[in-house]
Amino acid sequence: MKDIDAIAVLQDPVRRRLYEYVAAQGREVGRNEAAEAAGVARTLAAHHLDKLTEAGLLESGSRRLTGRSGPGAGRPAKVYTRSPAERSVSLPARDYRTAAELLAEAAEQAGLDAALCAAARRRGEALRGPGAGPCGSLREAVEMLAARGYEPHLEGAGVAEEPSGDARAASVVLRMRNCPFHAVAERFPPLVCGMNLALLEGFLGTDGPVRARMDARPGECCVVVQDSKSNDR
Amino acid sequence: MTASAPAAHLAQLNVATLRHPLDDPRIAPFVELIDPVNASADGAPGFVWRLTEDGEADATGLRPAGEDVIVTLSVWETREALWEFVYRSGHLEAMRRRRDWFERHVEAHLVLWWIPAGHLPTIGEALERLADLRADGPSPHAFTFVSSYTAAEAAGHPRPACVPSEARTASPVEPAVAS
Repeated sequence: MKDIDAIAVLQDPVRRRLYEYVAAQGREVGRNEAAEAAGVARTLAAHHLDKLTEAGLLESGSRRLTGRSGPGAGRPAKVYTRSPAERSVSLPARDYRTAAELLAEAAEQAGLDAALCAAARRRGEALRGPGAGPCGSLREAVEMLAARGYEPHLEGAGVAEEPSGDARAASVVLRMRNCPFHAVAERFPPLVCGMNLALLEGFLGTDGPVRARMDARPGECCVVVQDSKSNDR
Repeated sequence: MTASAPAAHLAQLNVATLRHPLDDPRIAPFVELIDPVNASADGAPGFVWRLTEDGEADATGLRPAGEDVIVTLSVWETREALWEFVYRSGHLEAMRRRRDWFERHVEAHLVLWWIPAGHLPTIGEALERLADLRADGPSPHAFTFVSSYTAAEAAGHPRPACVPSEARTASPVEPAVAS
């Protein structure tokens, strides 16, 4: 399916809610759970989840959600996750990815890491806005980073107990499920991940209550944000 | 893995030219990372072996490729396991700062090749692979992350391989494995 056709599948508001819910979980989601989240009946949710899978926006598998196995464990349930495939449409046609890869290749070859990071830090500061102080809390960082497509979430003790206000517990870190620079970062990890860290340092500030640092893990953005007072490095 | 295909492991050699001696304060942040990064390698999924100097915890004292050149030689179960360690662990932070500590290499400084599981590569063997990569570009018996080959492809091309030079172009931009 062409990208434009796959994206058009999301025009249906129920489908879009289901897609956004599954994508936001970062794990396998069953039909019942998705139906409940989207506020529709299970059969309708199942129909739309399968349409999204046909379009290549979701991937499906089957799991025994009860955790039991063997006879009596019941039929495996169908579960869904977001597809890792990237979809984009640009009208008129543009190809910034090839430009980015070529520029990254040249920067890597020339050893321009420092200049790239300086530019990224300036851009981060500009994105924060003129005169804006450093990011004030992890909660605020979640909002700022969500707006830029990083899919942030808080991880660690104390998150659930603090539905509002600052998540101050030192063990709480903000992690991000999405790397906005994924394809280029996979090709030139130290260069592009370093650029991303510098961008986020500029964006969130380095002299405020929260700070960004590198803590790479498989399958996620390599940067974490945490309380500046945390002793963790 | 079928019975007819013997298990293969991936060997890796990296050479890095120090900008300052290891006891120079400017290189101290790198030196501080050596033990924790090596410990995370030892515990990483798919890690098999890494070269160490006799009686030492690492290989930084060995200088087989030059007085100021430190080497990393290690063995991994798969290319993916090595990639995840190099780029998706605490090692990435060391890579990010590589320009502060190491000279930029014009020639290839990382080489990968397949070995029979159980074989421990020697430094001599490893430096030969690097020389092959530098001389002929990536081939099934000496390649890089960007230009990698499978173990099956390598099995069909014992060294020295006869790979037409136009079949693959050398990647001049392979990032370094920094510790």
